[in-house]
Amino acid sequence: MSDNQFYDSLEEVEPGHTFLDSNEMVLNMGPQHPSTHGVLRVILKLDGEKVNGIECVIGYLHRGIEKLAEHRTWAQFAPFVDRLDYTAAVSNNLGYCLAVEKLLGVEVPKRAQYLRVIVTELCRLASHQVWLGTHVLDIGAVTPLFYAFRDREAILNVFEKYCGARLTTHSFRIGGCRYDAYPGFAQEVLHICEDLGPKIDEYRDLITGNRIWLQRTKNVGHISAEDCIAYGITGPVLRGSGVQWDVRKAQPYSSYEDFEFDIPIGSAGDTFDRYLVRIEEMRQSIRIIRQAVEGLMEGPIIARVPKVIKPPVGEVYHSIEAPKGELGYFLVSDGTTQPYRVRVRPPSFINLQALQKMATGSLVADVVAIIGTLDIVLGEVDR
Amino acid sequence: MPEGPEGNVANPVPEKTAAPAAAAPKPAPTPWDGECAQKMRSLFGSGIRDSLTFAGQNYLIVDRSICHDVLRSLYQDSGFTSLTDLTAVHYPKDELPIEIIWILYSMSRNEHVRIKARFGDGEAVPTSTDLWAGANWLEREVYDMFGASFTGHPDLRRILMPEGWAGHPLRKDYDAHKQDENWVRANIGIESGQ
Repeated sequence: MSDNQFYDSLEEVEPGHTFLDSNEMVLNMGPQHPSTHGVLRVILKLDGEKVNGIECVIGYLHRGIEKLAEHRTWAQFAPFVDRLDYTAAVSNNLGYCLAVEKLLGVEVPKRAQYLRVIVTELCRLASHQVWLGTHVLDIGAVTPLFYAFRDREAILNVFEKYCGARLTTHSFRIGGCRYDAYPGFAQEVLHICEDLGPKIDEYRDLITGNRIWLQRTKNVGHISAEDCIAYGITGPVLRGSGVQWDVRKAQPYSSYEDFEFDIPIGSAGDTFDRYLVRIEEMRQSIRIIRQAVEGLMEGPIIARVPKVIKPPVGEVYHSIEAPKGELGYFLVSDGTTQPYRVRVRPPSFINLQALQKMATGSLVADVVAIIGTLDIVLGEVDR
Repeated sequence: MPEGPEGNVANPVPEKTAAPAAAAPKPAPTPWDGECAQKMRSLFGSGIRDSLTFAGQNYLIVDRSICHDVLRSLYQDSGFTSLTDLTAVHYPKDELPIEIIWILYSMSRNEHVRIKARFGDGEAVPTSTDLWAGANWLEREVYDMFGASFTGHPDLRRILMPEGWAGHPLRKDYDAHKQDENWVRANIGIESGQ
């Protein structure tokens, strides 16, 4: 299976009979551990270096966001969703606004849809840069972190100019956008697109051919397409296993059907393929942003939505392709000004569940690589 | 660029709103008679209480005794191979207060369908971990937040709230400010976490 001899030697040894003749030992990783990307506790059952069992303990960051929603009005809850996946706040916001708009039956003006696409795709770039920097850092390469964060800065500067905030932006409103593009917005965004292409090549030159990187990621954390579907995994992890499925193509929202882009897929379903998929996704995001900026038409940026939002009695489920996977909102309205129930389908929570499947049988050092490749954000896992 | 309550100075928001939409009748669920609904009706008869569509989304309301058979049939014969989400809603005034919702997705048909079934308080819900491995954590979360127990679940424990916590926070009778004071005192050593 592996071209690494050390792995093969481990395969042959039956559990409990290692060459060290050691006993099983329990190791706690976290909840405060730099490579778990937040407060995640992983209990490892080890036989020497080999992981025989793994269990995640989550909930350290649970803030009861779904409960809080029931005590806010529909509009008041919108800023809360920024705090779910705080590396991609814009996507969370878009998903929530689209779900409420579906419930209300509101048609968002075309200009607002394009603006939303531009900001959301910029956010996907920023989120993938955080993933790249921290994932590679976990595996031991320090330099790419600085490259990725340097380039992310340009995107955050645009967010800051656009809506005043860098991380938890809350730039969208139910019915459209709060802010129109500022003067020079299009030029700045196009400049980022122009700039980032060669910089992604730089990441590639730094990482892709690196021998240590290849050894640490090839055949590590393998998951098959069937297992992905059984676990409900979505996003780059699913695509890394060769399933060409993306909500933006399958069920387009916010005018994604207007843009030409490809869905990159992997074949091996290992950490290296997922890395390639995300890198290619960044290039595709640039393509989408270019088309959206060039096609940005004049017009209103927000639909007429009543000040007091009172959706009809009913329930909807709406999902979008967030950087981490399918982010869905299931909303139940009882016809009042407050949601009766808001359920967030968090991609990180559902993807993290497969850690057990992916990491059992691997080496303890690979657990760190697999957590990184799943690209989880604990704010979203625990809500 | 300075931004006040009027929004972006260069582009004031109020002038940029779209024309009001024509007054539409209040939307309400309408009967759904698609191929999938017909198939389920022919298989399960009156066990399918209702098949409705709202905002272009289809859902089946099924009797709790056959919910697992419906899920299995959709999974095996109708191509709904993915469990997108599993959640619950609490309706305290109803006779059967816990509504469990399975959101299924079929990649081949590119279609979602929701299955809803009502359960009594504390009544056992059949697990769907035999169909989808991913149901494991989702069912644990529903147990944690609503107190619904799943029979046949391999490892039904709390997942987000700490072990030993009393109460299920997403139930409507659980106040947003409420907490398990005994747990807070014993484990954090303070009188109140608020």
